[in-house]
Amino acid sequence: MSASEPGGLRKAAAVVSAWLIVVFAKLLTGVRAIWAGSSPKAEQTLYFANHTSHGDFVLLWATLPPDLRALTRPVAGQDYWEASPLRRFIGQDVFNALMIRRDGGGAANPVDQMTEALQSGDSLIMFPEGTRNIGEEVLLPLKSGLYHLARACPQVRLVPVWIENLKRVLPKGTLVPIPLACTVRYGTPISLAEGEDKAMFIARARAAMLDLRPEYDRAEEATP
Amino acid sequence: MNISASTHTTLALFGGVAGVLILASAIGALLKWRVAHSQPHSVIDNLNSRVNAWWVMVAVIGIAFAFGKGGVIVLFYLISFYALREFMSLAYTRRGDHHAIAVAFFVALPVQYFLIWIEWYGLYSIFIPVYAFLVLPILAAVGGDTKRFLERTSKVQWGLMVCVFCISHVPALLTLHIPGFEGRNLLLIAFLVIVVQGSDVLQYVWGKLFGRRKVAPELSPSKTWEGLVGGVASATALGAALSWATPFNPWQAALMALTICVMGFFGGLVMSAIKRDRGVKDWGTMIEGHGGMLDRLDSVIFAAPIYFHALRYWWVP
Repeated sequence: MSASEPGGLRKAAAVVSAWLIVVFAKLLTGVRAIWAGSSPKAEQTLYFANHTSHGDFVLLWATLPPDLRALTRPVAGQDYWEASPLRRFIGQDVFNALMIRRDGGGAANPVDQMTEALQSGDSLIMFPEGTRNIGEEVLLPLKSGLYHLARACPQVRLVPVWIENLKRVLPKGTLVPIPLACTVRYGTPISLAEGEDKAMFIARARAAMLDLRPEYDRAEEATP
Repeated sequence: MNISASTHTTLALFGGVAGVLILASAIGALLKWRVAHSQPHSVIDNLNSRVNAWWVMVAVIGIAFAFGKGGVIVLFYLISFYALREFMSLAYTRRGDHHAIAVAFFVALPVQYFLIWIEWYGLYSIFIPVYAFLVLPILAAVGGDTKRFLERTSKVQWGLMVCVFCISHVPALLTLHIPGFEGRNLLLIAFLVIVVQGSDVLQYVWGKLFGRRKVAPELSPSKTWEGLVGGVASATALGAALSWATPFNPWQAALMALTICVMGFFGGLVMSAIKRDRGVKDWGTMIEGHGGMLDRLDSVIFAAPIYFHALRYWWVP
């Protein structure tokens, strides 16, 4: 998979890899999409989801209808997805990810990069926690990026997404994935209300995500 | 051994089942037309999707039977896999359980079915209750996380017991050597499946037609005394009527069928209790109209090992 290979071959490899990755993800997790409050349509959309695994965007992407996949780019951390040639191939060629720098370095800041992508017509998959949640908490505090994007791109549909169980399939530090069933639940789109400030909007977005959890998980939280 | 005779019997059973399904499909279509006036109707639509799912399930079992022992073992291996996936997906576990669950999926499940394939009764009958039972908590303990330890461990153990050990006793019926019944063991499976599922269907029908008093309202709102008694009695009669396909005489077949129905009924109750504890109505969404794999199999799970051991005790010398 080196960059010196002819472009056509690399492109073909990317298409085949995308198909293989989707088939593998579906076989392993039996993933099911539940469109609880929105429908899959070719409208420019920013999907914002909980982030517990490097496989999150793969799973979300796999549950989108094939024609929407081509329009939808995951937002991915450059430090992880450019660390090896294989990751770069998967990140750039297969998923056409928007690479952002999370360390604050570089010329462009992530929100500007995402705004630019949205303004050029892409749909995006982003994780507003900003980092992978590998601890005990259900959902980390959301970063303010989502608010800035909502303000800069009011034409974009903001769809909250909850990815269930993937954390248990391959917890950090383990090698063998276990084939638990996962669901990806898409909620009702939200939008920035007139005069709504950052804290209020972020709290509402967070609640929209948490409301998508299955009932038994919400009950689990209440037990000590 | 008379292969053509046993094939003939099996085909006759499948023919009978297909006849019942044709009748059910016809009734379903009639209800949809006359009662629901071709409009959406939750009970009738659910009935029709259940009947359609039955066609698929019967076809799958038929294909497995056509491949003989290998086909049946592969089919029930897959059934166990999907059942275990449904069970573990709903169970509360923590990161420390990862190794135990991985062992359940990738070691215990294949080994159990391999032992049945090589017909090693001495090991497959204790492999999960003894070895897996002890090894899984060891793996969880090595994980070092003691929070809700006993609860988590017993969930993995129960998952294996119910989804792998119990279900594997259906293909294990093929390993029994009953004098005078050699080469016809698929019929033992057919008898179990027809009686258990017949009992479920007949309880549903009796309950829908005459059901008044609930048996266990807090567990399963759809189970009624009228459905239970009518369903079990008619499924027992069905079992007796099938004695020609089995090594049993009619009253033995009736007793076997009764045992199967009673265990099946209580199996359904126990599996409902687990679902209620978790706050879900169905185990999954795999089978249209029925819910998940475990929703369709809950009664087989409890009936299969008892049926197996009754057969082994009284019919295998």
